Amino acid sequence: MSERDFPAQLEPGGPMVRFAHVTKRYGSLTVLDDLQLDVQANEMVSIIGPSGSGKTTVLRMLMTLEEIDEGVIYVDGQPLTHMPRNGGLVRASNAHLRRLRGDIGMVFQHFNLFPHMTALENCMEAPVQVLGLSRDEAEARALDLLALVGLADKKDQHPLRLSGGQQQRVAIARALAMRPKVMLLDEVTSALDPEVIGEVLSVIRQLNSEHNLTMLMVTHQMGFAKEISDRVCFFYGGRIAEQGPPEQIFGAPKNERTRQFLSAVLEAG
Amino acid sequence: MFDWRWDFTFEILPRLLLATLNTLLAAGIGYLIALFVGLLFALAQRTPYGLVNRAMRELVEFIRSTPLVLQIFFVFYVGPQFGIRLSPWASGMIAIGLHYAAYLSEVYRAGIEAVPRGQWEACKALNLGARRTYFGIIIPQALPASLPGMGNYLVGIFKDTPMLSVIGVAELMHTANALGSETYRFLEPYTLVGVIFLMISLPTAAGLRLFEAWVRRRLGLTRSP
Repeated sequence: MSERDFPAQLEPGGPMVRFAHVTKRYGSLTVLDDLQLDVQANEMVSIIGPSGSGKTTVLRMLMTLEEIDEGVIYVDGQPLTHMPRNGGLVRASNAHLRRLRGDIGMVFQHFNLFPHMTALENCMEAPVQVLGLSRDEAEARALDLLALVGLADKKDQHPLRLSGGQQQRVAIARALAMRPKVMLLDEVTSALDPEVIGEVLSVIRQLNSEHNLTMLMVTHQMGFAKEISDRVCFFYGGRIAEQGPPEQIFGAPKNERTRQFLSAVLEAG
Repeated sequence: MFDWRWDFTFEILPRLLLATLNTLLAAGIGYLIALFVGLLFALAQRTPYGLVNRAMRELVEFIRSTPLVLQIFFVFYVGPQFGIRLSPWASGMIAIGLHYAAYLSEVYRAGIEAVPRGQWEACKALNLGARRTYFGIIIPQALPASLPGMGNYLVGIFKDTPMLSVIGVAELMHTANALGSETYRFLEPYTLVGVIFLMISLPTAAGLRLFEAWVRRRLGLTRSP
């Protein structure tokens, strides 16, 4: 399909996120092969699969950290990776990316907090610099969110003086401060000590139940994915090998690869 | 054989100390130019335009690979042929400032490259603009890694100021040479120049290490308060 064949925008009431025939290659290696994936508004989708299956690349492309080679990604009906011109679509300019990227927030495996800023300053930085909030407004918003993640008392601490679990909760608050429509969680507990994983998961649980957020989560926490997801996608070799409700994927997987993966993971952990 | 004269030493000391002020002034102005232009050199190699980046890279390599003394001569003696007639001071400051700007740009570049990729990604995910990304996030983190190199070149530029004597800037070396040719005594003036350089270099280097530690604490980059 050429870029001209994709619609310049999606019908109202369509998915919050659509990957339309998205292919991503690194040199001769195809990491994602003709990906078709829709995520509905307020849906919580977990992405599982062996390493190298392209899971994280899905999130990184949606966050525009990676360019795609083919296809189009839409967010809230608008093309993200492309922009309309002369009735067709062309590659997005930086200005277009900056406008559309605001709908998306991301939490990283290694937190990526700004180490020279306090927890509060981390959460105020983008609202002030990007959204143009006054410092008072941004501070009020940041304090609310730090309270939400249970870290109001740590607001003046620098990241290096916080535990991994606390840093990740600040990172969640920082992403929420931009009021994204779509939240991407990229192996957010993989770098954490076992005893602090719970505190991060309970924040995500709370977000999912109390906030209108569309969430895409790459995770190795199978129990958590089963409990919280509306849908689970199993990636294998750059494709979605199987997807469905968590009860079905974990309870009665149809695909042989899924069965192998799940039995290997559940045995290990 | 060892004929040190204290009365002569004290006689020439005031003149040398006065010249020391010029040396400090030259090092200070040169360093300020280098700090600022060096950052421009470093950032101009990271633009979205490949041609600009390559041209700046070559310019920096060119400046680093030719001797400072040649550059000083060039600005001062060759400049007038192109209608650029500058005083010894102005020529000297431009030459030494640009020379050290090239060195400092490499220090900045290494510092910027040492900032983890995740920091850039966080900036992008939060939609920060390029200017804020550099000046609010990346450069403050590049600074602690760059400070030791920046400090070395502060001491370096100070020790290179004697080269300005070749075009007649009245700094320490120039003054010591003048004293020598007036009195035919070289032992005391040159020894004093060495001692004065040492007495400034050593405390400066120690002070820079304290400053580095202070900056790290100030930026919250230590685990304990």
